[in-house]
Amino acid sequence: MSTFLLILITGVGLGALYFLVASGLSLIYGLMGVLNFAHGSFLTIGAFTGLWISTKVFPNPTTWTFIAAMIAGGIAAGLFALLMEQLVINRLYNRHIDQALVTVGVGLVVTALLAGWFGSDARLFPTPLWFMKAVTIGEAIIPIDRFVYIGVATILLIAMLSILKFTRIGLIIRAGVENRSMVSALGINVRLAFSTVFFIGGFAAGVGGVLISVFSYGVSPQMGGSWLIYGFIVVVVGGMGSISGSAIAAMLIGVTNQFANYYLTGLGDFVVVIILAAVLLTKPSGLLGKVNH
Amino acid sequence: MSSLEVKDLHVTINGSHILQGVNFFVPENKVTALLGRNGVGKSTTLKAIMGLNPGTGSIKFGGTEIVAMPTHKIVQMGLGYVPEDREIFASLTVKENLSLAERDAEPNYDLVYSLFPELLTRTSQRAGTLSGGQQQMVAIARALLNQNKILVIDEPTKGLAPKLVTEVANALAHVADHSTMLIVEQNLALVKAIAQNIIVMDQGKVVFEGGPENLQDEAFVKSMLGVSGGHK
Repeated sequence: MSTFLLILITGVGLGALYFLVASGLSLIYGLMGVLNFAHGSFLTIGAFTGLWISTKVFPNPTTWTFIAAMIAGGIAAGLFALLMEQLVINRLYNRHIDQALVTVGVGLVVTALLAGWFGSDARLFPTPLWFMKAVTIGEAIIPIDRFVYIGVATILLIAMLSILKFTRIGLIIRAGVENRSMVSALGINVRLAFSTVFFIGGFAAGVGGVLISVFSYGVSPQMGGSWLIYGFIVVVVGGMGSISGSAIAAMLIGVTNQFANYYLTGLGDFVVVIILAAVLLTKPSGLLGKVNH
Repeated sequence: MSSLEVKDLHVTINGSHILQGVNFFVPENKVTALLGRNGVGKSTTLKAIMGLNPGTGSIKFGGTEIVAMPTHKIVQMGLGYVPEDREIFASLTVKENLSLAERDAEPNYDLVYSLFPELLTRTSQRAGTLSGGQQQMVAIARALLNQNKILVIDEPTKGLAPKLVTEVANALAHVADHSTMLIVEQNLALVKAIAQNIIVMDQGKVVFEGGPENLQDEAFVKSMLGVSGGHK
C-alpha cells in the first residue's frame, strides 16, 4: 500500500509538470493553429533564468528565493514567447509548414546558444533544505517536492481557468479557439489574444522549467526537447485548446507512466504511447478537444 | 455616410476564380438584396466585403477604401455582419456570445430583447444547445447590439422552420426601416417585403440591378434565379 501511494503521488506530481508544459502548447495550437516546436525552449529559458536567480541574485536558497526563481523563470519565458510571437510567428499565420520549420529552428538555436554559454552539462538547481525532506502518509514516505509540483500546477490551473472564465481577454480566447475568424468579424483584434496566449503559455512553461530542474536533478540546455515530446502527447490526448483536457491528460499520463514503470519494469513510455494510439484511434479530437484546424 | 460601393471585385479561392469583376452600389438607408442561384458567389461577395476572403479591386465604405483592411477594423468602422450558418460560439452561453459582440459604450440590449424576447430567458444557456432558430436570433442580435452603419446579412432564414422564418423576418423588417442593409436571401417573400433594390449575380458577376418589383415577374424569377416564383 505504501508503494502504491508513493507511485500515485509521484505520478500526480509528474503529471503536474506535464501540465505546465502542455497547457501553453494546447492554447497556442487551439487559438492560433500554431504547432510550436520552440515551446521546449521556453521551458529551458525559464529554468536557466531561475538558476541565475537562485545562484547569482539570491545565492542562499530559501522558500522565498525559490518562489522568486519560479516567477522570474515564468516571466522570462513568457517574454521570450511574446517576442517570438511578435517577431516570427506574427508573419507566419496560416503557413503551417513554415511555422513548424521556424519553431524547430528557434528551439535548436536556443539550445545551441545556451550550450555555448553555459556548457552542455547539467547544473544542480539549489533548493531550500525542506525540499529534500519527506512526509509520512500512512506507511508511505513521500518526498515533499511532489507536493510542490502539484500545488504550483494547481495554482496555475486555477489562475488560467479564472482568466479564461472571468476576463474579457479570456472570453475572446475561448471564442477564438472555436472560431477565430468570427471573433474578428465581431470587431475584435484577435492578435491581442494571440500575444496574451503566447505569454501565458510561455509563463507556465517557464515555471515548469524551474520545477523540472528540481525533479530532474539539474538544468541543461537539452532539457526542453525531451519534455516537449511529452507535452505534445498530453495535448493530443487532452484535446487541442482545452486547459481542462490538458490537466486530465497530464494526470492520466503521469500516473500511468509511473505505475507502468514500476509494475511493468520500465515500460512507462511504451504504455504512454499505447494510450496516445488508443485516443487517436477512438477519439481523435482528444478527451476534451475543442478545435479541428 | 453608410453607402457601399463595390468595383471590379475579384476573389480567387484555392485556384478557383469565384468573383470575376463584381460591381454594385448599396445606397444609404435602403435595403439591397443580393440574389442568385446557389454557388454564384453571393456569400463570397459578403465575405470579401468583410475582409474574410481576400479580394482585389475596390470596396468603398462611406468613401473609404476597405478592400485590404483587416476584418476587425472593417467591423469597427460600422459594418455589422451576420454570417451564413450563424457561426455562434457553441461552447459559450448566450450572454457570453452577446457580450463578446459589444463594441459600443451602451450596447442596445433593449432592442435585441424586444425583437427576440426568447433570448432573455436563455442567457445562461450554452449557445450550442439552442435550436437553429434561436441560434439565428443570437447571430442577428450580435449585429444589432451596436450602432452599425450598415448590416451585412447572409441567408438569415436558411434552414429555419416556417414559424421562425416569420419571427426572424419580422425582426429584420423592423430593423430595415431605419438601416442600410445588404442581405443575401433565398426567401423571395422576405426580399419583396424589405428590399428596395435587388442585385442578381450569376457565375461570379452581377447580371442585373433593379427594383424588387421585378420579382413579381414569373419569367424574370425563373430566368434569373432558376425558381418558379421563388419561395413565397
